[in-house]
Amino acid sequence: MTHQFTGQRVIIQNVSRRGFLKGAGTAVGLVVALQFIPLREARAAVGYATGAGEMPHGTVNDPHVFITIDPSGTVTIVTHRSEMGTGIRTSMPMVVADEMEADWSRVRITQAPADEPRYGNQDTDGSRSMRHFIQPMRQCGAAMRQMLETAAAKQWSVPVGEVQARNHEVVHQSSGRKLGYGDLAKAAMDVPVPPVEQLTLKKDADFRYMGKGIVQITDLHDITTGKAVYGQDVTRPGMKFAVVARPPVVGGRVKSFDPSETLKVPGVERIVEIPTQESRIKYMPLGGIAVVASNTHAAIRGREALKIEWEDGPNASYDSAAYKAKMEETGRTAAKVVRNEGDPEKAFASAARKVSAEYYVPHLACAPMEPMVATAEMVNGACEVWAPLQYPYGCREDLAKMLDLPIEKVTVHVTLLGGGFGRKSQSDYAQEAVIVSKALGGVPVKVTWTREDDIQHSFYHTVCFNRLEAALDKDGKVTGWLHRTVAPSLLSTFMPDPKHEHPLELAMGVVDMPFAIPNIRCENGEAEAHTRIGWFRSVSNIPHAFAVQSFVAEIAHELGRDPKDYLLELIGPARKIDITKSGVIDAFWNYGDPYETYPIDTGRLSNVLKVAAEAIGWGREMPKGHGLGIAVHRSFLTYVATALEVAIDDQGNLTIPRVDTAIDCGFAVNHERIQSQIEGAAVMGMSSTMFSQITFEKGRAVQGNYDTFEVAHMDTSPLNVRTHIIPHGYDVPASGVGEPGVPPFAPALCNAIFAATGKRIRTLPIGRQDLRPA
Amino acid sequence: MALTLTVNGQRHQVDVPPDTPLLWVIRDVIGLTGTKFGCGIAACGACTVHVGGEAVRSCVTYVGDVSDPVTTIEGLDPAGDHPVQKAWRDANVPQCGFCQAGQIMQAAAFVASTRNPDDRQITEAMSGNICRCGCYQRIHAAVKAASTGA
Repeated sequence: MTHQFTGQRVIIQNVSRRGFLKGAGTAVGLVVALQFIPLREARAAVGYATGAGEMPHGTVNDPHVFITIDPSGTVTIVTHRSEMGTGIRTSMPMVVADEMEADWSRVRITQAPADEPRYGNQDTDGSRSMRHFIQPMRQCGAAMRQMLETAAAKQWSVPVGEVQARNHEVVHQSSGRKLGYGDLAKAAMDVPVPPVEQLTLKKDADFRYMGKGIVQITDLHDITTGKAVYGQDVTRPGMKFAVVARPPVVGGRVKSFDPSETLKVPGVERIVEIPTQESRIKYMPLGGIAVVASNTHAAIRGREALKIEWEDGPNASYDSAAYKAKMEETGRTAAKVVRNEGDPEKAFASAARKVSAEYYVPHLACAPMEPMVATAEMVNGACEVWAPLQYPYGCREDLAKMLDLPIEKVTVHVTLLGGGFGRKSQSDYAQEAVIVSKALGGVPVKVTWTREDDIQHSFYHTVCFNRLEAALDKDGKVTGWLHRTVAPSLLSTFMPDPKHEHPLELAMGVVDMPFAIPNIRCENGEAEAHTRIGWFRSVSNIPHAFAVQSFVAEIAHELGRDPKDYLLELIGPARKIDITKSGVIDAFWNYGDPYETYPIDTGRLSNVLKVAAEAIGWGREMPKGHGLGIAVHRSFLTYVATALEVAIDDQGNLTIPRVDTAIDCGFAVNHERIQSQIEGAAVMGMSSTMFSQITFEKGRAVQGNYDTFEVAHMDTSPLNVRTHIIPHGYDVPASGVGEPGVPPFAPALCNAIFAATGKRIRTLPIGRQDLRPA
Repeated sequence: MALTLTVNGQRHQVDVPPDTPLLWVIRDVIGLTGTKFGCGIAACGACTVHVGGEAVRSCVTYVGDVSDPVTTIEGLDPAGDHPVQKAWRDANVPQCGFCQAGQIMQAAAFVASTRNPDDRQITEAMSGNICRCGCYQRIHAAVKAASTGA
């Protein structure tokens, strides 16, 4: 059973849009049957365990921190997570509003500055926002609802059990008296916040917004009229504009430079040196020369005129072709064992048949539409920054450290992010802006990265080689599994290079492999990082899922079996895998959350696979040149299966008539935004499967702009993506949404290409590989 | 030497070299930030504005070459209710929203010049505008709705 969601029109706008100016009551069309919530039957607020408390500064559920109500009845809800396109800036306040029985049309949203001690963790990364904050946000809303009820009961001198908050007012049922939230605002704020144990949550059946998919994103009107403020749009009085020339090789530095031609460019005012740090640690600027001007274009012109001699440093020999060959060599010999279950040697020695294959996924750049940008100023020894940041408090801490200032002297404002995808978790660009402003005596400065700066100085998605081997018995059952992976680790950006994938990378599709196979070995070969490796939407799941899900289809083909049926057979019976008995060598990383709350549930994995297969009509007759492909993967504690139909003409041109993606993310809070994330994941999957790669020569990224770092456009994207959300109540813990749609796309597409043409893709991107039918 | 430029019906005197891209004049000199910088080489369409009603990439258009009036996203409709803007909201198109001003300006020029376009014409018209979030399916639907009044 699924909830088919096909772009229904939404009808609620909130007050932070146009309605705010016109006053309350301008919301259109929302009809909700008024009903009392039987408090005693409602859900206890002390919920399930998550890893939220393990994150820096954990969670906060204090309504005084997140909610204010003004006498007119406008409810202002603070959103403390960053908006990069997932809709979290809307969805999180929506949870609070629903729980406190606020009318969404009278809710205003404000963005929190970087202040984790006050708001809790703000690191918007890892598809964590909803899964870590739905509980504290519901508690926050429930507390405010009960405070409003207490205030009303006191005013009427009636027992609190006789009153009920509903849709922005508190009602005394027996007398019919009502008080609006505005009338109760002051008194409610004086009511002590009830402890969590005394809170009752609404029943699922009484949700107004959660799980309904009827709320539009709060910035919709501003976005469509050009009023939405991104990092790029920050303007300060007297602001200067700067761009930076950075060392083309990570670890390099300026040897010498001559700014004389630069200073002749009209509009250029001066240059500022940005030091290159001794050690390459997280979030540090690469160093270089900043050109400051009266507008961005003048700064760009000035930079073009700079004469700089670089010292490239130890990474100058980084060459992607040579590195690939080295990774292949490493991946073909025994390596560090990271999971060992049963007796894989024996299984391979006694196999009736063996299958093996190798897969390669290159470096990628996040390349969000808004390149890196930050604005900074320093007044009276205090620093203020405006920037699009996924991890605003990390930025603030780093700035305080860099400036040797108490953190109270550093203010960081979070703008809208013009995309993030992981790149904006690192805030090197904010540090650059501060360094330049400080050098100018505190004058406001906006440092803009050009697209070339973004592509050539990214924190890149790792490059990854995978070798898979399967031992089969005479009946075609997999008796032994070997997965050897090689990739420079993301952790090399944060610590001395471990030269092996970290347990958190290996748990993204290697050691968490969920198949019912008795003998399993996973190995990880050594690989050194020669550039900055960073987060990319869904991270190591991309290469790992591509390899595993392609390989299963390859085995099925060898055996003449249907790939979907064979995949279901490998997943085996519905069970919660006991990860402690799976032979994982290091402590198993479950996306930072307790395994008991979010176990690997093969029943849910199989279910999404079946739903996607059924939706696309798996097994139907295909026209010539058409083929179906399917893949399934659990990531960020969410289960996603993608089935797609590909059409390839005689010239090898590829189109995708249809994609069906089934997602099981536990309790689905905002269906409309889940659907948009799945549609977007298909396009991002298309980009990295078909077009995108970063390669290095002489330590330098070869690609420089969207003409060479190619991404999907409308004419090369799937335009018929259907999202199937597996319905659950609140009792099934919410899990990630932003990232898990990406990993299954590449293997589903390559499996479909194989079905259509007989050509097996093992190296991404497909690029100019010949897809004409074999 | 100051140049004269009309943007959204207002005349501006700007003191920049004539080979300055229109984009940076609009953003940094005039101070209208709805038009975005995405690539600087006319590869992404985020900077799309109308010059004399035609969609152009302002990042590669020299301000000295602009004589016709310029319209940016801020000037497309006084209330923000151009049929394309309304269709965009009805279809819940944006994710991060950064490319959307350029997409909307591209779509508005297309809709004005093409009656009842078919699906392929819409795709051709919109394929120069990149959306890294991947809103293309909804962009296509919104352009179709705006162009047919659906």
